[in-house]
Amino acid sequence: MQKDTPVQNENEISARQAEENSGLVHSLPEERGAGDGLSLTSVLSNMRAIYGSGDLVFLQGTSDSGGTYVHSLRAIDELLERDKLREKDGFPRKIRVGRLVKPGRGDKGKIILVPTTVEEKFIHDVRSTEPGGGGQSGGTGEGKEGEVIGEEPVNGGEGGSGAGGAGQGEGGEHEMESSAYDLGKVLGEKFELPNLKSKGKKRSLTRYTYDLTDRHKGRGQLLDKKATLRKIIETNISLEKILDPEDIDPANLLVSPQDQVYRILSKEKDYESQAMVFFLRDYSGSMMGRPTDVVVTQHVLIYSWLLFQYEKQVETRFILHDTAAKEVPDFYTYYNQSVAGGTKVGSAYRLVNEIVEAGNLARDYNIYVFHGTDGDDWDNDGRETIPEINKILTFANRIGITIAGRTTDQSTSVERYILNSRLLDEFPKGIRMDSVGENATEVRLIEGIKMLLS
Amino acid sequence: MELIDQHTKKIMEGCKERARDAGLRFQDESLEYIVTNQDLLELTPKYMIPTLYDYWVHDVEVLKEKGRYELYPSNPYETVINTRPAISFYNDNNPDWLNVMIFYHVLAHIDFFQNNMCFKHTWDEDFAGQALSDKSTIAMLRSERGRWVDYVIEFSRGVDNLVGFHGELSTINQPIEIKASGKIDFYFDIFLQSIRRVSITEYLKEIDRYNEAVRHFGSIAENAFFSDVAKKYPEFEALFGRHKSGGHKRSGDLLQFIRDNSSFLGKEENRWMKSILQIVRKTSLFFQPQIRTKILNEGWASYWHEKLFLKDDRIDGNEVPFARVNAMVTALPRIGINPYALGMRLFDHIEEMADKGKISTEFQRIQNEQKRRNFDGKTGLGTDYVFKIREDFDDFLFIKTFIDQDFVDKHKLFVTGRRLNPQRMTWEYYIKSRDAGEYRQMLLDSLYHPPFIEIDATKDGCLYLDHQFEGKPLVNEFIQNTMLGIEYLWGGPVKLETSELIEDPQESMQDNGYTLPPEREPSWHRVVYTMKDRQLSKAFL
Repeated sequence: MQKDTPVQNENEISARQAEENSGLVHSLPEERGAGDGLSLTSVLSNMRAIYGSGDLVFLQGTSDSGGTYVHSLRAIDELLERDKLREKDGFPRKIRVGRLVKPGRGDKGKIILVPTTVEEKFIHDVRSTEPGGGGQSGGTGEGKEGEVIGEEPVNGGEGGSGAGGAGQGEGGEHEMESSAYDLGKVLGEKFELPNLKSKGKKRSLTRYTYDLTDRHKGRGQLLDKKATLRKIIETNISLEKILDPEDIDPANLLVSPQDQVYRILSKEKDYESQAMVFFLRDYSGSMMGRPTDVVVTQHVLIYSWLLFQYEKQVETRFILHDTAAKEVPDFYTYYNQSVAGGTKVGSAYRLVNEIVEAGNLARDYNIYVFHGTDGDDWDNDGRETIPEINKILTFANRIGITIAGRTTDQSTSVERYILNSRLLDEFPKGIRMDSVGENATEVRLIEGIKMLLS
Repeated sequence: MELIDQHTKKIMEGCKERARDAGLRFQDESLEYIVTNQDLLELTPKYMIPTLYDYWVHDVEVLKEKGRYELYPSNPYETVINTRPAISFYNDNNPDWLNVMIFYHVLAHIDFFQNNMCFKHTWDEDFAGQALSDKSTIAMLRSERGRWVDYVIEFSRGVDNLVGFHGELSTINQPIEIKASGKIDFYFDIFLQSIRRVSITEYLKEIDRYNEAVRHFGSIAENAFFSDVAKKYPEFEALFGRHKSGGHKRSGDLLQFIRDNSSFLGKEENRWMKSILQIVRKTSLFFQPQIRTKILNEGWASYWHEKLFLKDDRIDGNEVPFARVNAMVTALPRIGINPYALGMRLFDHIEEMADKGKISTEFQRIQNEQKRRNFDGKTGLGTDYVFKIREDFDDFLFIKTFIDQDFVDKHKLFVTGRRLNPQRMTWEYYIKSRDAGEYRQMLLDSLYHPPFIEIDATKDGCLYLDHQFEGKPLVNEFIQNTMLGIEYLWGGPVKLETSELIEDPQESMQDNGYTLPPEREPSWHRVVYTMKDRQLSKAFL
C-alpha cells in the first residue's frame, strides 16, 4: 500500500492554493478541494466549513497527514477478526470496505479502498428534503440579489463521497490497482471468499523470475554449504579417508575445488493462468442513483478479489449498455457514465461474444463475465439474451449476474427469463444470479460475491 | 514529539508579555511541541489529545459523508488544546515571524479557553492528566474484560452527544444564594406553572408568601411554607413524591441518566461499565464548549493575532509575508463561510459599535439612516466590551445578537442559493438574499446542534426517548445501531419517538431520476421506534 504523498511540498501547496482558491485555502481530507482556477466545487465543498478548518491546517499550512488509512491497514487483521466476533456476540458488523476519493491536484483524484466505519448517533439529518435545495451558504462581494455567481455541472458536482465523484486521470488506474490488490487479499482471507479453481495452467503467459536455484560446481554467487559438505564427505569416503562414520576428524579430510557447490542466479520460466474479466453494466436511465452504486461497488470488490487471486494477472474489459453496448477504456468511465436510454441486456452479452471471438480469447484465458443491472429489459422474455448467454457459457468460467432492483417484492424481467431458461440448474457452475436490492450494504454485497463465485 | 527550541521559546515568552499588556489573561505555563507527520498520524484520530484512551475506531478511517461535525465535535487539526498547561503544536520549519503570528493566535485561544464561561467546567482540572488516568483505567478493564470493554465504549459513544452540556453549565454557574431545595423548585417551576397553571398574580403571591416565610421562620421556613401548601393543594405531596422517584420527563443528559438508573449497569458484575460511561461523558463534555464557540474562538484569535502582530517591534520587515498569510486566513470567501474571517470582522464591528456608543437603547431608537451613520457617543469602551463578549458568549448568541444589517452591508455579505438550470444541466449558484435576518438564520442553521431528546422511564422498565422535533429529522440509518447500544446499556426495551417525512408512495414511484418531484410541503408524522431483544420495529402514532 503506498502512502498518499502530496504532489508538492506543503508550503508550496498552501501558497499555490491561496492564489487559486481566493481565501479558502486548505481543504480537509474528505473534501475534493484544490481544483484549478476558480473551482466552485472545492469552494462549495467547504459549505459546512465552520467546523472544518483547524489552526494547524489553516494557519500553519500543515498538509493533512493523508495516511491514516495506511496506519489503519496495519491493524486490519485484528480489526476484521474482532469484527467477526461481533456477530458471535450478537451485534452487527461494523467494518465496511469503503472507497475514498482522495483529491489530487486538478482532476487527478484517485480511489482508495480502505476499511471504514461510522459511529452511529442520534444526529440531525442535514441532507435537504427539498429538491434542488441545499447548497445554501454564505458569500461576500458584489452582485444583485438573484444574480448567478457560478455554476457547476449536475453530474460530478456532488463528488467526494462514494460513487460518482471519481476523478479521471492518468496514473489513477495504477494506484487503484495496487490498492485493489490489497483489498482483494483482505477479501479473500478475511471475508472467506472461496479460492478459484482455474482451468489449469495456461501456456499463454510466460513470466520469468530470477532465483538462486541452479547449482554449479567450482564457482558461483553463493556457496551452498550443506551441499558442499555432503560432496566433501562423498569424496572422502571414496578416497577411504573416512572409515568409521562415528569418528570423523575434519582436519584429515581432503577438499577438492570441485567439491564446492555454488548456487547461481538463473532464469526460471513461470507459467501462470490468467483471467479476463468482463464487467457489464446497465447504464440506462432507470439505473440512476442507488442501483448504479450497488453494482459498481460490487464490481470494485470483485475486481479487487480477482486481482489478488490471479496475482495481478487480470485483464479487465468494461462494457456499458443501454439498448446498445459499447466498450469503455477504464474503470472511471465505467463508474461514472450514465445515459437516458432504454435497456437491452442482450446487446452487452453479444459484445462479449464478439470480443472473445475476435481475439480468440477463450483458448488463453479464464474468462469471467459479471453483469449488473436493475433487472429491466425491453427484451422481455430474453429471446435475444438467452442465446448469447448460452454461447458465453461454452467458454466462460463463470457468469455472475447481479440484480439491484428497485423493488424486492416482484421479480424483474431479467430474473424471470433467466429462471425460465433453466440455465441456472443446467450450469450450476457456469452461471449464477444474485438479487441484492438497491439498498444492499457492503456486507450483503460480499455475501453476494461468495454466492456468485463459489 | 519534541519541545520547541530555546530560541523559539524565547519568542513565545516575548509574545506572552505583549499579549498580557494588551489585556489578555492566561496561565504562565504553556507547552509547545513540534509535530511531525508521524505524530499527526497518531494525534489526529485522538483529536490532538496525546493521552486519550485507545479505541479501535481511532484506527479506522471513519466515514465522513454524513454530519461529520455533528458526530465528532472536534477538529482533528486543532493547534491548541485546552489542558493545564495549555499544549500547542507547530511545524518545525515555520520562520520566526510566522511563529510570532501563530503564537499570538495561540495565546488568544488560551485566553479564550481560560476565560470563556462555556469552558468553566474545564478550569479546575488538567484534561491531559485526566485522560491519561482514564486511559490506564480502560486499558486495565480491557485486560480483564476483553472486547466487552470496547462494546461499552461504542455504545456509550453512541449517545455521547446527549450529555446535557447546558445543564452542566447551569449547575456550575448557579449562584449559591439562589440554590433552592428540589421541593421548592418543583413547587414553583413545575407544580404551579405546568400542573396547576396558576395566574401570574397568584404565582407572584406565592413567591411573596415564601419570602415572608423565610423572613419569619428562618431555617424552618420551608416546613412552614409547605404546611400551608398542603392545606391548599392536598395532592401536592403525592405528586412531589412521584416526581422524586423519577416519574417525569427529564431533558438532556441521556448518558448520565443511563448510568444512574440502568438496572443492567446496577448489577454487581456490570458495575465496571459505569466507569466507562463516566469517562466517555467526561470526554464529550470536554469537547462540547470547543465546538460551540468555533466562530467566536477563531474570531477572537484572529482579531488578536492581527492586532498584536502589527504592533510587535521584533518583526520589522516581515509585514509583506505576514499580510499574505493573514489574508489567506482572514479573507471572506466569495462563496462559503470562514469562521476566522467572520468572527474577526464581527469583533471589529462590535468594538467599533461600542466605541461609538452604538450598543445602547439611545442608538437603537434612532430611525433616521443618516443619523444612525453619524452617531458617535465617543465612549471609547470598545475594548472592554469585546472582552466581555469573549467571556459570556457562545457562537449562537454571538451571531444572534450581533449580525445586523449594518454588518451585512458593510462586508457585502449574502446568502447563496442553488438551483437547477435544466437547459444547461448545471447547478447555478446565485445570490439569494442580502437580508441580515436570512444571513443570520443561515449561519444559525449551520451551527452544531445535537437533537434535543427528553427521557421518560416511567413505563415498566422501558426507556422512552422523546425527540423534540426542530424541523430536521434524525439520520435514519443511524437509529438502529444507536438504539441497539442504548438497549444494551439500559438492559431493557427502548423506545424512540421522533418525526419522519412520510412520502406519498405514488409520487415517489414516478421519480425516475430525471424529472424532479413537484414541490410540496413536507408532511411530518410522529413515529415510535422500539428496540427490543435487539430487534427494531416502527409504528406510526
